[in-house]
This record gives sequence, C-alpha cells and structure tokens, in this order.
Amino acid sequence: MAGAIWAVTESGDDGLKSISFEVIACGQALAEALGSPLEAVVMAADGSAAAEALAAKRVEAVRVIEDAALAPYTPDAYTAALVEAIKAEAPSLVLFPHSYQSRDWVPRLAAEVDAGFISDVVAHHIDGDDTVFVRQPYQGKLNSDCVFAGDGINIVSLQSGAYLADDAAAGDGAAEIVKQPVNLAAASRTEVLETFQEVENKVDLSRAEVIVAVGRGIGKQEKLPVVEELAEALGAQLAASRPVCDNEWLPIDRQIGSSGQTVTPKLYIAVGISGAIQHLVGMKNSGTIVAINKDANAPVFSVSDYGIVGDLFDIVPELTNQIREAKGTG
Amino acid sequence: MKIAVCIKQVPEGDAHLKIDADGISIADADLATEINESDQYALEAGLRLVESQGGEVVVVCLGRDRADEAIRRALAMGAERAIHLNDPAFQGGDAAATARALTAAIERENVDLILTGLQSDDAGWAQTGPILAARLGWPSATLIMEIEPEGDTIKVKRELEAGWFQWLRLPLPALLTIQSGISTVRYATLKGIMGAKKKEITKVTPVDIGLAPDEVGAAGRKTRTTRLYVPEKTKGAEIIEGDAATAVATLVEKLQKEAKVL
Ligand SMILES: Cc1cc2nc3c(=O)[nH]c(=O)nc-3n(C[C@H](O)[C@H](O)[C@H](O)COP(=O)(O)OP(=O)(O)OC[C@H]3O[C@@H](n4cnc5c(N)ncnc54)[C@H](O)[C@@H]3O)c2cc1C
Ligand SMILES: Nc1ncnc2c1ncn2[C@@H]1O[C@H](COP(=O)(O)O)[C@@H](O)[C@H]1O
Repeated sequence: MAGAIWAVTESGDDGLKSISFEVIACGQALAEALGSPLEAVVMAADGSAAAEALAAKRVEAVRVIEDAALAPYTPDAYTAALVEAIKAEAPSLVLFPHSYQSRDWVPRLAAEVDAGFISDVVAHHIDGDDTVFVRQPYQGKLNSDCVFAGDGINIVSLQSGAYLADDAAAGDGAAEIVKQPVNLAAASRTEVLETFQEVENKVDLSRAEVIVAVGRGIGKQEKLPVVEELAEALGAQLAASRPVCDNEWLPIDRQIGSSGQTVTPKLYIAVGISGAIQHLVGMKNSGTIVAINKDANAPVFSVSDYGIVGDLFDIVPELTNQIREAKGTG
Repeated sequence: MKIAVCIKQVPEGDAHLKIDADGISIADADLATEINESDQYALEAGLRLVESQGGEVVVVCLGRDRADEAIRRALAMGAERAIHLNDPAFQGGDAAATARALTAAIERENVDLILTGLQSDDAGWAQTGPILAARLGWPSATLIMEIEPEGDTIKVKRELEAGWFQWLRLPLPALLTIQSGISTVRYATLKGIMGAKKKEITKVTPVDIGLAPDEVGAAGRKTRTTRLYVPEKTKGAEIIEGDAATAVATLVEKLQKEAKVL
C-alpha cells in the first residue's frame, strides 16, 4: 500500500477516549499486515496531552491538528480540518472509531475527499491482495465481508469494543509529534448552544442486583404484566430496550444501552430483545445473562450464558411460577 | 416549509432472512417489508413540521418496484407526493452511490430541509444522510430528537452518548438525520389510504436526474460486499431444550446451582 495508515483519535472532557486506543490497536495490526506506516491523529483545541499519550504507543508519528475552532466539536470544522490534512499528506487508509461524533462528520469527509467508506467494522482479515472488513448488517443478525472497490483513499470506522484498547502496543521510544497546520477561517455553520443531561435518572438501575429487561418482542404495552410479575417474583428491577421506551410503554429512565443506562447486575434476563449492539453495550458485562427469544439466531444469545428459544408468553409465566415456588412464595 | 424525507424499504424486524443464491443479498420472494424504523420517525417529524409551518413533504425512495408499498404507506400517512428512484442501474450501490442518486433527485426540488433516518436497519451504514448534505454543500446534524423551526434557522436537539444531549442551531437549508423516539409515529387512516391512491409518484431513472447509469448503483460504488453469511457462533449461550416447563425447571436449577444467582 502506498500511503500511511492514519488512526484518528477522539477526545472528551477527560482526555483521550479509550476507543482511541482501540483504533490504534486495529491500526497496528493493519500496518503490520500491509507493511504501511501507522500514524496517530489528534484533533483538538489543545492536543498536547493526547499527543504525548499516543506517542508512547507503537506508531510512526503523531499528527496534531490543533485549532481553537475544534472546540466545541462541529461537523464543519472537523471536516474542513481533516480534508486539508488529507489533501496535504495523502494517507491511503484512515481509521476512526464508530462513535456518535464520527457518525456526524466522517460521512461528510468521505464525500469531500471522494473516499470509499466502510463503517461500523468489527474485524478484518487479509485475503490475498484484499483487506477484508467484516460488518454486521441486518441489526447484527448477519455478517458481511466488505472490500474497497478502488485504490484511492479509503476510510474505515470501527465498532466500539471490536478491538481491544489494551492491545495497543507501546513503542520502543516516544514517537515524533508533528504539528499539522490547518486554516479553519471559514466559520462553522453549526452553532452549539448547550450540552446537558436531560434529567437525572429517576431510577438508578446501575445498582440493581437482578434486572428483567423487556424488548419489542412483548408486542404491546398491555402485555407488560407478564414481565412485571417475573420481576416482582425475582425482586428485580424492570428495564427495557429502546423501542419499548420510544413507544412510551415504559419510561425512558428504564432504557438500557448506548443511549440509556449501563448496568452490571448479578443476573440479567433479556426477554424478547434481539441484542442489537447498542443494547448489548449497556448490559454485556452483567454477571449471568439469560435470554428468552423465539429466534434461535437472535444476536442476544451470543452474549448470554443461558438461553431458551421459544415464545416468551409460554416461558415467562412458567418461569415466574417456578421462581415463586423456589423462593417459597408460590 | 418544503421538506424531503428519504425512506428506505427494509425487511420487517421479525422477517426470516434467507441468504440469496448470489451469496450477497437477502432472497426477497415473500419477504415481509416495512419502512425503515428511523425513517418512519423522520417522516413523522416532517409531517408535524408541515402541520405547524405549512408546506409539503415529498418522500424520496430508491428501491425496486416492490418499494411502491413503502411509498404508498408514506403517502397514506400524509406525504404530498413521492419520487421513486426505480431502475436496475440504481441497485447494488453502497452509501456513496445511493447518496449520489438521492442528491441528484432532491437537488431539483428546491427543498428547505431534508430528513433521513439515522441509519438503515438492513445495510446499517449510518452514512447516507451526511453524505447527501456534503454533496449539496449544506450543513447537517445527526441523531436529532427535537426540531424547533425559527424562520431562516432551526434549533435541534441532538442525542449524545449515555443520556446527554445538545441543542444546536443551523441555517436552512439543512439536512437532519432523525433518531427513533422523536415523536409517536402515526398510523395511516383509512381516509389516508384511500387518498394515497390518487397521489403522484414520479418514477425516475438515472438519466432523468442528470446522472449516467454508471455513476450510481453497483457501478458507482466505492465498496463492495463479497459475502453475506450467518455469523459463526464463537461463544454463546447454553441453549436449554425442552418444553416450557422442563426448560424453565432446568434453567432455575442452573441459576441456583451453577450460576448461584438465585
Ligand atoms: C445510535 C443508536 C443508539 C441506540 N441506543 C439504544 C439503546 O440505548 N438501547 C437499546 O436497546 N437500543 C438502542 N438502539 C436501537 C437498537 O439498534 C435496536 O433497534 C434495539 O435495541 C432493538 O430493540 P429490541 O431488541 O427490543 O427489538 P427488536 O430488534 O425488534 O427485537 C425483538 C425481538 O423479540 C423477539 N420476539 C418477538 N416476539 C417474541 C415472542 N413472542 N417470544 C419471544 N421472543 C419474541 C424477536 O425474535 C426479536 O429478536 C440504538 C440505535 C442507534 C442507531
Ligand atoms: N435506498 C434508499 N432510499 C431512500 N432513502 C435511503 C436509502 N438508503 C438509505 N436511505 C436514507 O439514509 C438513511 C441512512 O441509511 P444508511 O446510510 O444506509 O444507514 C436511511 O435511514 C434513509 O433515510
């Protein structure tokens, strides 16, 4: 491969996000396989701390794109900055985390530099001359292998958790830190007015020992007592996937997942939940996970310890009864 | 306010997905379909804006003949008319190729606002909306949960991670990608369904919108899917067999004795 591989990192209020190191880990693997140099990229109003942390990793260089216009984040400023850097340096492959922020601007970048863009990648392998990127379309129910159709500049974004931040290897010495000049004179069209947390979660599920979570498989709000009774028998908190809250069958403070709460109870029972990645990130570190789903191929089973394939309306009432008996309350 | 809403027809959430003989797509005989979930919310948001501000919603859909069903449903919900990008040349595109086609179709409509879903439930690129905006040179914002029109600008609430949000202001024209949950999606009424039959669906080919057939679809794409398959199960749940009573009895025993969580 001709040009360098860039691993574009992302920073938050507390400095570099851990997904940044996941991108470095993937970049290191690709750099080795393809024989290309890997460079880390920092974009920030002040990128010095991030640059130093990245320079300790096994990278050829750290490119720092620093400009007051990069804070707060806006898609126009980020796109303009990286378009300029890419035009100047001509990397061949640019890696990003598939974060809420990158979803907002990296497709614009791809359009502006006329790049191929394979998003939300979970793995890669080399197949002859092709670098194959694996995605999970159809809401994670299927996998697909994807390759770039052209040799121009290409872009990949990585699903969070697909590569391990701990795998980002340290370098022999500190890598060179290069300031990448950009000119962001054109004002961003987006005005950031306010960043806020809606309401303090009324229900704090993060402390619950046992959680019964219900998904769209419940069908309608009137059926909720089926899972409410199970939760009651277990002394569990009731939680839900996003569609259940979107439909206002349960309040939003019961939502588990990337836009809801993250929980780690001893026991998590997922009822009628398919197991989309945005749900899994909120619960996959629970102690014991049980899934009840009529679809044997539902992705939720891949993170579960125990599964029952069948109709929740048969299984859940039975489970409620047997739990009550086991607890001597039946 | 004139609003274009992009809707994609996708397999129904519960549909049985059978991989086609070509090894890269889903067999579509008897496949149950629906309007992509976040696109339904985008359409709802567009219809509400028109109800409060006046104007019209035009739905734009790239898909085969059978996408007519999704388009009719959108018209029945209240969209004024539709543009259907329907030609074999449009098929097989990635997000870049699809966005190029959608851009060319919408460009000639002089809309003030474009709404798309935040991602498709089948391909799941989460790219098409912002690419469209970039091609038009318009500002964009993604994962939108609320829209407040303010004349030449709009104020929008964007979802961030873990319960955080942000208010932004953008000048019009602009593109927004809509997150599900923005407002409850209406059902098509019987009157709406009857009315939809009389509404106009403009079918367009690449040439109609000023594009060469090799700029769109499979010929215009920059990425290629080489294989679609059921993932190999590396680790996974121990599936407990038996009828409901037996399976549940086994599960309870395992939760007590193995996992020790009961
Ligand atoms: C940026 C972004 C953020 C998101 N944030 C979140 C989030 O925080 N939390 C979240 O949960 N999702 C989130 N989502 C949505 C996520 O992608 C999925 O759409 C959602 O998790 C699906 O919810 P579900 O599993 O309940 O529904 P579905 O995917 O529709 O699954 C329903 C399941 O029920 C099963 N089922 C149906 N009937 C029965 C029955 N009678 N018995 C047994 N099983 C049955 C089906 O087999 C299916 O597996 C987000 C998406 C995006 C793009
Ligand atoms: N074939 C299509 N026809 C109309 N709109 C589409 C099409 N493909 C994608 N879109 C729109 O772009 C959004 C994002 O899709 P994607 O980039 O595939 O995740 C969808 O929610 C739709 O609003």
